[in-house]
Amino acid sequence: MSKVHVTTSVNGDEVEFLADPRETLLDCLRDHIGLTGSKEGCGTGDCGACSVTLDGTLVCSCLVLGVEADGKRVETIEGMADGAELHPLQRKFIEHAALQCGFCTPGILVAAKKLLETNPNPTEEEIRYWLAGNLCRCTGYDKIIRAVMDAAAELRQEAA
Amino acid sequence: MVAINLWSSLTRFTEGARVVEVEAETVGGALDGLVAAHPGLGPIIEAGVSVVVDGEIAPNRHTKVPQGAEVVLMQRLKGG
Amino acid sequence: MAKDEFKEFKLVGTRPDRPDGLDKVTGRARYGADISAPGMLWAAVLRSPHAHARIVRIDTSKAEALTGVKAVITRADFPTGLTGEDWNLQENTMAGERALYDGHAVAAVAATSKLRAEEAVRLIEVEYEVLPHVIDVDDAIKPDAPVIREGAADATVPEGMPPNVVRYMEFGRGDVEAGFAEADLVMEKTYKTEATHQGYIEPHACMGQLGADGKGEMWVCTQGQWFIRKMCTAVLGLETSQLRVTPSEIGGGFGGKTTIFMEPLSLALSKKAGGKPVKLVMSRSDVLRATGPTASASMDVKIGMKKDGTITGARAEFRMQGGAFPGSPVDMALYCCFAPYKLKNVEHVGYDVLANRPKCAAYRAPGSPMGAFAVESLLDEMCRELGVDPLDMRLKNAVREGDTASYGPKYGSIGLVETLEATKAHPNLSIPLGPNQGRGIAAGYWFNHNGETSVSLAISEDGTAQVSVGTPDIGGSRASIALMTAETLGIPYEDVRVNVVETGALGVNEPTHGSRATFASGKAAVVAAGHAITEMCRRAANEWGIDPEAVEWVDGAAQPAGDNAGKFPPMTIAEIAGKMGSTGGPISGHHESVPDGVGASFGCHVVDVEVDPETGRTTILRYLVVQDAGRAIHPAYVEGQYQGGAAQGIGWALNEAYIYGEDGRLQNSVFLDYRVPVASDLPMIDTVIVEVPNPGHPYGVRGVGETGITPPLPAIANAIQEATGARLCELPMSPPKVLAAIKAKGG
Repeated sequence: MSKVHVTTSVNGDEVEFLADPRETLLDCLRDHIGLTGSKEGCGTGDCGACSVTLDGTLVCSCLVLGVEADGKRVETIEGMADGAELHPLQRKFIEHAALQCGFCTPGILVAAKKLLETNPNPTEEEIRYWLAGNLCRCTGYDKIIRAVMDAAAELRQEAA
Repeated sequence: MVAINLWSSLTRFTEGARVVEVEAETVGGALDGLVAAHPGLGPIIEAGVSVVVDGEIAPNRHTKVPQGAEVVLMQRLKGG
Repeated sequence: MAKDEFKEFKLVGTRPDRPDGLDKVTGRARYGADISAPGMLWAAVLRSPHAHARIVRIDTSKAEALTGVKAVITRADFPTGLTGEDWNLQENTMAGERALYDGHAVAAVAATSKLRAEEAVRLIEVEYEVLPHVIDVDDAIKPDAPVIREGAADATVPEGMPPNVVRYMEFGRGDVEAGFAEADLVMEKTYKTEATHQGYIEPHACMGQLGADGKGEMWVCTQGQWFIRKMCTAVLGLETSQLRVTPSEIGGGFGGKTTIFMEPLSLALSKKAGGKPVKLVMSRSDVLRATGPTASASMDVKIGMKKDGTITGARAEFRMQGGAFPGSPVDMALYCCFAPYKLKNVEHVGYDVLANRPKCAAYRAPGSPMGAFAVESLLDEMCRELGVDPLDMRLKNAVREGDTASYGPKYGSIGLVETLEATKAHPNLSIPLGPNQGRGIAAGYWFNHNGETSVSLAISEDGTAQVSVGTPDIGGSRASIALMTAETLGIPYEDVRVNVVETGALGVNEPTHGSRATFASGKAAVVAAGHAITEMCRRAANEWGIDPEAVEWVDGAAQPAGDNAGKFPPMTIAEIAGKMGSTGGPISGHHESVPDGVGASFGCHVVDVEVDPETGRTTILRYLVVQDAGRAIHPAYVEGQYQGGAAQGIGWALNEAYIYGEDGRLQNSVFLDYRVPVASDLPMIDTVIVEVPNPGHPYGVRGVGETGITPPLPAIANAIQEATGARLCELPMSPPKVLAAIKAKGG
């Protein structure tokens, strides 16, 4: 099958690649651009380990075709920190020991960042439902929820 | 002499004995003595067993078995 | 050993950032599928769609003719003549004469792209002769059950047993019948648990390379790189030392990554493709169909109890299927099920049974959760019947140091009583419950494990230290090992880097399993640090011209031991390290052993549930984990183990199960249908770390990873009975089953 030339913006950088029309955005990020921070845990949109934003919308990149990214903005875990400065969510995940194996962490961070942009003051329940599409098998979610709440509080303080 | 406690289904190989006494000073010696006395136990010990000496899983064949120690043969322990 | 015999520590017991934290929150950490190499090929695997079928013919010619296909392999490409577990591993890696379960690999392809490899797999033609299959453990021992494999039984199985029984055991002591005769209440019930999967989010992935000279390399996500090396080389008939295995970061394992499934395929394909590296990544469906779930179990338990709660006799007969190969954890289940209780009369019987399912692998405290579900459920019902408090009953029968365990040996230092007392004192127990709510309590046990361990420590020129360990870091062990090493050397935590190294860098290590990484690698690192300290004291003594025996190590520096030794200012580790090149060369420490001093860990969980009487849906309102850690080196990651174990147990109790169709095919091989707990299913999980230090470890570590998955199964069943009056004896306790149980009792 002949490949399609795709031009897109990934974490603010213009990126071009040739995609087989059957390849997912996740495949393209990982195998064509070398951004392996987004993970494939299921390939069916159930685990959220591949979460990215596409023109600001939170998506499972395993459910988006690579060719669909043409002309769009993609944000991944690799673009979350501002240079050497971690996003408060990233810092709080380390501080709260909110990761064990760390495989689900990139997707959860991307999803949580989108939550806090949408709702700066979520309740515990709102965080739990927002992150219900991101599976973590190691932590039982307790420390993840605490880290998100703490980061939200810090971001609100910064904004005030 | 060391008295080795077996799990009960092994008594098929020991003419019914639940406890087998052998002359040994180490875990390896005890296992060898056990097989010498009851060759039917060979494949089971070969497949892997844990030997507990006075409540402690013996780390190797050279572990000393003091006189009068409690020695218990168990299926090999491991974990997830 | 009493707690106050341990001195106060500067670092042990603190909660510093984990050393791999930055890599993991930025997406930089490299897992199994995250590496590529020049000239790399992609592999894909063809799997059996049948539960049991004779492979009549495989035609790979169309696949081989496809452009970009570099190698196609079947079982014919593997060496023959293997025996025992090596044969089992080979047969599971690639089916021989018969496919033994839905998902069993039958052929594999390497091609220039992932899509091309998948296209090629679809061109392979396989002619199957479908055979009768059996899925359920009780069906598999019926007289008319299809025989999975003639002659698979080992020497433990007496003549005349059903052919699918491959291992048999009986053990116990006392006279159970006399024990039952002494009791005021004797109850007997049968319990069933379904297979569940470890459910690590990272699918198995590897990149293997093997040349015609028999030398190979592999990058792989695994709990044990030496196990991968030993098993791959055995399956392929290679020399063990010629394969170098590097572990990636690991995206969860829980026991499921202690063995091989598809790793030899990448090596065999690489060899056939002229030594090009071959990457093989499983799909989620492959993971669920063809990698180690745990066993399913059918269990009869009979217990006698006096009015005051004293257990007078106990008998357990467990049947477990672990797939089409021997190895269900029925032995461990029996060892653990009565372990919390002091019993004079106890009898255990176990059957390891074959069925047409994937080869089971270890799953967190293998066997213990099933056994606990049966025993702790029955004990709870008996307490209700007799009006005895379930915690008081457990305290009355609890084992203590010096007691003989139900499975034979005497206990050393254990903390069950302390754990139960801490449970009793917890405020969660006095929170009032509303209608349709119930509280359940259960205890659990895991031995913990030692295993072959090799650690190497080296002092760097600036006085910092590097530690090479062979146990992959699955839940924060690099942090805990760095804390213990830094504490021992008297240097800051940040000055120690712990590296999980490849097989070429150390002697043989068993995997990170059996809750052993912080115990065994930690203990070895402390001993290795001690060797380095001895050497540094010797270097200082030489500088000062005094006897090395007269030098002691305090707060990261050598100093004369008292005024008689001489008056010299302390010589710091940085000063000694800075000139090590001119004082005798590198300073390092090594330790190799199978460590003694393993400390067992008991836990007790308390769960509050609410059951919707209209739908049968169970909501977890509150959850408490109390467990003896020995000593918590990094308490945040100990809590993490407790919470993670509880969450997996909750999933097993309420939702998770392998569901097979009449055709023997797995019907729920994606996460949408194999539903593990999500964030909105769970409350915060409260934890209490009990610390009864293990005298067998320099910092009192017991190992904490596994016990926590054991009590949730029965604790939730017990809570559901209190909430609804209905007793569930089969897992999972999904809404339809709970609703049916409520209706059956007329509620």
